[in-house]
Amino acid sequence: MSSVTYHKLAGQSVRFYALLLLLASMLGGGLFSAWQMEHHGHIITGMNNHIVWGMPHIFAIFLILAASGVLNVASVSVIFGKEIYKPLSRLSGLLAISLLIGGLSILVLDLGRPDRLIVAMTHYNFTSIFTWNILLYNGFIAIVLVYLWFMMERRMQPYYPLAGKIAFVWRLVLTTGTGSIFGFLIAREPYGTALLAPLFIALSLVFGKAVFLLILMSSCYGGQRELNQRVIIRLKNLLAMFSVTALYLVVVYFLTFAYFEEQRGVVRFFLFEGGVYTALFWLGQIGLGVLLPLFLLYHPRLGQQLRVITLASVCIVVGGLIQLYVLIIGGQAFPLDTFSGMQVLSSSFGDGQVHAYSPSLWELSLGAGGVALALLIALLAMRIFDILPACVSEEQIPTF
Amino acid sequence: MSETHADATPRRQFLKYAAGVLSVTVAPSVLLHTFATAESSEPVSAQRRWGLLIDTSKCANCSACVTACQQENGLSSEVNDTVAQWIRKVELQQPDTGKVTSLPMLCQHCQQPPCVDVCPTGASFQRADGIVLVDKHICIGCRYCMMACPYKARSFIHEPLTEQKAHAPRGKGTVESCTLCVHRVDAGELPACVSACGESGNKAMLFGDLNDANSPIAQRLKTEASTALRADLRLQPNVRYQGI
Ligand code: SF4
Repeated sequence: MSSVTYHKLAGQSVRFYALLLLLASMLGGGLFSAWQMEHHGHIITGMNNHIVWGMPHIFAIFLILAASGVLNVASVSVIFGKEIYKPLSRLSGLLAISLLIGGLSILVLDLGRPDRLIVAMTHYNFTSIFTWNILLYNGFIAIVLVYLWFMMERRMQPYYPLAGKIAFVWRLVLTTGTGSIFGFLIAREPYGTALLAPLFIALSLVFGKAVFLLILMSSCYGGQRELNQRVIIRLKNLLAMFSVTALYLVVVYFLTFAYFEEQRGVVRFFLFEGGVYTALFWLGQIGLGVLLPLFLLYHPRLGQQLRVITLASVCIVVGGLIQLYVLIIGGQAFPLDTFSGMQVLSSSFGDGQVHAYSPSLWELSLGAGGVALALLIALLAMRIFDILPACVSEEQIPTF
Repeated sequence: MSETHADATPRRQFLKYAAGVLSVTVAPSVLLHTFATAESSEPVSAQRRWGLLIDTSKCANCSACVTACQQENGLSSEVNDTVAQWIRKVELQQPDTGKVTSLPMLCQHCQQPPCVDVCPTGASFQRADGIVLVDKHICIGCRYCMMACPYKARSFIHEPLTEQKAHAPRGKGTVESCTLCVHRVDAGELPACVSACGESGNKAMLFGDLNDANSPIAQRLKTEASTALRADLRLQPNVRYQGI
């Protein structure tokens, strides 16, 4: 077995510093928004007493799911013995940590009292799935750090497959935990299904793979390193397969609601009568997020081109954010059935109504700040440590 | 806190077992919070279980309860999506018969409160006498309890507040809901909404100790039909309704 050589990201280019500056200013914008929200209260956001989780949660959950999914590349190499992915394991581990930190930072900064983070770390209520998630997330970061260290430290090489296996199992539990945050909300019909856990695992694989491909390709593009097309093609095939799986689970999700007469309202709302949510579902989540990228990825000619794979991955990321918007915002906008079967004639607190939500710039900027933080950590780590593999160019080298 | 329910769901039971093992270290601090909130010299005890019976046939087209709550607890009378509402009036119609009902909606003080289950820090808690409260000192403002409440009973404080009442501390960035006027109850008085409803002459709200078999509320619940909202969720609210 040939040993792989790893490189640092070349940092002397204008491109590198431009990217650094861009990410740093996005992060600054995010922190400024968080400070504004802390100062004025959530009144400056679009969130209210009916839509209590908004845009920040969409970004955060996207990043947390992607963090778990992105580790799949390393897992495939260590669990299923796919040697071809081994050179990418370091990048996969690094991104898992950085994306998770980005996501968690958004969640923390969106708290009504972010200054009380220490309370969250010292007061635990173990009946809360949130508490379990706090432990799972912290554990995940610790485990993947050890895993990375074992991979990069020659003396520890014999143990790294074990660390990889632990990380693999932990990752599945973690994503199930993220799905369960919603699954446990018995009062809210759209979330009241056990299917959310497998759906979230599938989504994490889709988001993680798309993000991984984008970062891998841009690290090569920016760093003028060469790409191994065979790896990219394999990764894009996996991406397409995960995307089909997630689509299948979405179909099953709606079928389970359609099966029960009293739950058909959920299907009607999201698929037909939900206004903006219906439009976002069909055009954004399905059209842009699934059908277009699947067409591109499976197209015999287009599907081989790096540009097209990049485009498909971007569509999947944007479509994924829209999907989470539909699920998280739409799921809250869908009226609660508090007075089983009775029609609400009037209420000062929006009972029985579809709730409106328009995200504010502060929220968007906080979310974007979290994404920037994740990318900044990854970028700097790639610059400082030997993370990126030198190209194993046993095939022709594609160019952009 | 209330552990007496044979029909608890398997999910709840699983969580309870898991919690039993892991919360040994947390229990003392939760208990401290529970007792610290009792203002009277008499400790809060599980011998009492405060409840409310609302007879919708007597509930008129008035909002005396809402106004009284706002005045008592220093809430704004403004109505919009970001202002807190601890109690609200809702008008309902039976789709088959067309019968219109008006009722006050507030925290149902569930015996199995989902807000307490989901709260990561234990800020949402239930007193031994069944009153569900938020400890404003450890609420981090994650709003998970608001996501979990089937009654939309909770509000988040979206802006800095002024003119607070000493007995009802509130704070920007935390979540709050009806306290059943715990400060009045502990002093042997009725919750403000119940008083106001009585004074208006409608007398639609009956407050009392559900554990005391001789209390008027327990007597009526024993002999008359009443409804728990979203009974299918088996949260066993201490607030019950008649006439819906
Ligand atoms: S908002 Fe406060 S009371 Fe509600 S779940 Fe979060 S920490 Fe608990």
